[in-house]
Amino acid sequence: MSTETRKLDRVVIRFAGDSGDGMQLTGDRFTSEAAAFGNDLATQPNFPAEIRAPQGTLPGVSSFQLHFADYDILTPGDRPDVLVAMNPAALKANVVDLPDGGILIVNTDEFTKRNLTKVGYDSNPLEDESLDKFQVHKVAMATLTIGALEETGLGKKDAERAKNMFALGLLSWMYHRPTEGTERFLREKFAKKPDIAEANVLAFRAGWNYGETTEAFAVTYEVAPAKLNVGTYRQITGNTATAYGIVAAAQRSKLPVVLGTYPITPASDILHELSKHKNFDITTVQAEDEIAGIGIALGASYGGALGVTSTSGPGIALKSETIGLAVMTELPLLVIDVQRGGPSTGLPTKTEQADLLQAMFGRNGESPVPIVAPQSPSDCFDAVVDAARIALKYRTPVLFLSDGAVANGSEPWLIPDVDSLPDLQVEFATDPENFQPYSRDPETLARPWAVPGTPGLQHRIGGLEKQDITGNISYDPENHDRMVRLRQAKIDGIEVPDVEVDDPSGEAKVLVVGWGSSYGPIGAAARRVRKLGMPVAHAHLRHLNPFPKNLGEVLKKYDKVIVPEMNLGQLALLLRAKYLVDAVSYTKVQGLPFKAEELQDVLADVIKGVSA
Amino acid sequence: MTAIDLGIPGLTGVPTTDEKQTARDYKSDQEVRWCPGCGDYIVLNTMQSFLPSLGLKRENIVFVSGIGCSSRFPYYMNTYGMHSIHGRAPAIATGLAVARPDLSVWVVTGDGDALSIGGNHLIHTLRRNVNLKILLFNNRIYGLTKGQYSPTSEEGKVTKSTPLGSLDHPFNPVSLALGAEASFVGRALDSDKAGLTSVLRQAAEHRGSALVEIYQNCPIFNDGAFDVLKDADEAQRRIINVVDGEPIRFGREGEYCVIREGFGLAVAKSADVDASDIVIHDASDLNLSFALSRLSTQDLTHTVTGVFRRADRPTYDDSARAQVNEAKATKAADLSKLLHGKDTWTVVG
Repeated sequence: MSTETRKLDRVVIRFAGDSGDGMQLTGDRFTSEAAAFGNDLATQPNFPAEIRAPQGTLPGVSSFQLHFADYDILTPGDRPDVLVAMNPAALKANVVDLPDGGILIVNTDEFTKRNLTKVGYDSNPLEDESLDKFQVHKVAMATLTIGALEETGLGKKDAERAKNMFALGLLSWMYHRPTEGTERFLREKFAKKPDIAEANVLAFRAGWNYGETTEAFAVTYEVAPAKLNVGTYRQITGNTATAYGIVAAAQRSKLPVVLGTYPITPASDILHELSKHKNFDITTVQAEDEIAGIGIALGASYGGALGVTSTSGPGIALKSETIGLAVMTELPLLVIDVQRGGPSTGLPTKTEQADLLQAMFGRNGESPVPIVAPQSPSDCFDAVVDAARIALKYRTPVLFLSDGAVANGSEPWLIPDVDSLPDLQVEFATDPENFQPYSRDPETLARPWAVPGTPGLQHRIGGLEKQDITGNISYDPENHDRMVRLRQAKIDGIEVPDVEVDDPSGEAKVLVVGWGSSYGPIGAAARRVRKLGMPVAHAHLRHLNPFPKNLGEVLKKYDKVIVPEMNLGQLALLLRAKYLVDAVSYTKVQGLPFKAEELQDVLADVIKGVSA
Repeated sequence: MTAIDLGIPGLTGVPTTDEKQTARDYKSDQEVRWCPGCGDYIVLNTMQSFLPSLGLKRENIVFVSGIGCSSRFPYYMNTYGMHSIHGRAPAIATGLAVARPDLSVWVVTGDGDALSIGGNHLIHTLRRNVNLKILLFNNRIYGLTKGQYSPTSEEGKVTKSTPLGSLDHPFNPVSLALGAEASFVGRALDSDKAGLTSVLRQAAEHRGSALVEIYQNCPIFNDGAFDVLKDADEAQRRIINVVDGEPIRFGREGEYCVIREGFGLAVAKSADVDASDIVIHDASDLNLSFALSRLSTQDLTHTVTGVFRRADRPTYDDSARAQVNEAKATKAADLSKLLHGKDTWTVVG
């Protein structure tokens, strides 16, 4: 029997297994293969907060979803077309997302009575009718892997661990993926353990050969390369793009960077990445706590470096007082918040957008701070460079609100020409003639950056209220009022680009406004409703403080404004307060990104309501 | 940011000047606003008199403080300064020291600032051995908040917040610092200008974290806390001033001494012991330094002053710079190469 090949425009695959099964690595490799093939893609890992939850249990399930296509896509996909389940727990946790008729590939070896009982299966789903609505492929992956590695002399336990590569090989065959990259990767990854490297390569090939030689799979699929803009691409995650943006900011400002930080999920990868790039004059300090992390960053900024601190929501709570000190001392400071589910410890490995009001208002006193939010993994690069621009130019702490979805998600990135990046160079104050630490640039209202070591500019700064111009301590009521307003005016006057509205027909009466990582699902949902003949406009905010100057005008053009957020309506609250617009909230806080499908329904309902 | 070798390890890299400086050069134009009789005045004057002798460029000296009475110190120094937030001065100063090898960075803090709200930063700064000089003004009371007990107040102390007496067991700041393996720890009395100057000088010359505890009188909320150490007769019996390499004897005629006892040290009368049993201070010996710190008691029966410990070990900031410099020397800062990474693909039109 020859295998039929079907052409598809897009596919969503989800690899799911125990957190020790290597699902993240498997997904990552398939992603690289898709990227190398030229598909557009988007990924979403989903893993437990526990490093190794009890084996075979529901809390221990780790998954990686990958969406690849022959056109530009915006999200990692709502539901998988293909689910690879390595054990009963992975099946149970993920099968609800598989649509009827979807492809289900199951590692049968793990479906023992004990494992089934562990997750509450009374009968074996592979043997009853519960999976009849799917195209089920039962593959004894562990047995087959051990068999394939018999001659390597590797112990059964070690051999069995390569079963994720068997799964990858099988899927690579099904979707006509290139394999050289994965084999090269495995040999590099296990360079110090050549026998393990070979075992993984053999398992990978065994999976491929299994697909090709058995007749279990009647169909294979092809997804052609996407027509992307001309240029050189790579795959990148949000956290890596954020780290690279910081390196770029260091290069373009010609300043050293000092990152003071404390490990926290899901932000730690920014520290890991930056600590590898000391050759760009980047110092990373893993501090004793969150507060020390930002203190070190602010101390470095005071000394004339670009101080950066990275954290997640709970860390921002701890850093608030120092952010206030940076507001008062008017020093540049980049504060990265990779948001996760809250409050308190919340959902460390899940995503949420609920730190917006904390970023906006979470300090004592009138303490305005600019806020910049990236809309996708690769957008983290440009967005963080822009955040650095604002910090340096206006001498202010800037909050960068990434989140778990963009931080860990990945997509292709059109690598920029480094000469095209903005020039971020600043001038330090040097002239002692009439020097005043709190005099201001008439355009930006920024005060001079007078770093220690500059002759004749000795002065003292601190958290106490400053006298206008001289910076001396002042308790004068009029002066305090003036300084509060000056600090606010400085932030309000920050130049940010106008928000662009995506409304291809120009006939939309409904505007959907989003910010941050919801760009993908909102954009995809907007495309879908337009295809159904319903015009809708989409505006996505990178700058949340100050808002773009044209935002008020944009909002007023539409009959209805809807604001989907992964919180309980924080942006909507700000828009309603500032622009007196009757913005409608659509909110969800499940620790997961929106699905395009659900937003499609929400938008369609609103549009129908307006037309009626 | 030129690096100049003074031959003084603690100040290597900090630019010097040939211009003659006086204490007046270090006074800022701000009115000093401590209470009359506050020990902080004496420390400030001592510092302003001492700094000119280092011959550093004034603009390369920075004072960073936290919150509390003593933390107003930077405003009164005509150097660079930051009056930061409660307890965080060591962290901010660490960032500054890491970024700038050409600065002499001083931290001014108090018993509440350093040992209560900022205790974590203090021990970690000392453990890392960041090249900072930390002056801990210990008056055993909260002054700025008007008279609550502090982490160095004696057990049972009656204050505004402890009308029935404090339940807290106090820190011995020198023991705490030595427990964190601080590379330099000293103690001095505010009223002892010569002793304080000597410890400050050694601290300045030391490369690494230097903690100097200064017993400082608060005339408003804890007046006379250290009076027994300031009374000439009492002081003779109580103050054990240690000097590296010298036998530890004290009293008017050296009639008291320190000997080994069990795992620690004890005070004895010199006449009662063999001269060879008198301990010779070795500031590089952590165990000895710690044992010395234990001789100081809450009730000030004995108080050890001078330099407890002075030992060489790599500083955090020097090591951090060495890693960066090594990376810069061995790998070009090629941003385009970094952004491209290992795996790219090209889309052609």
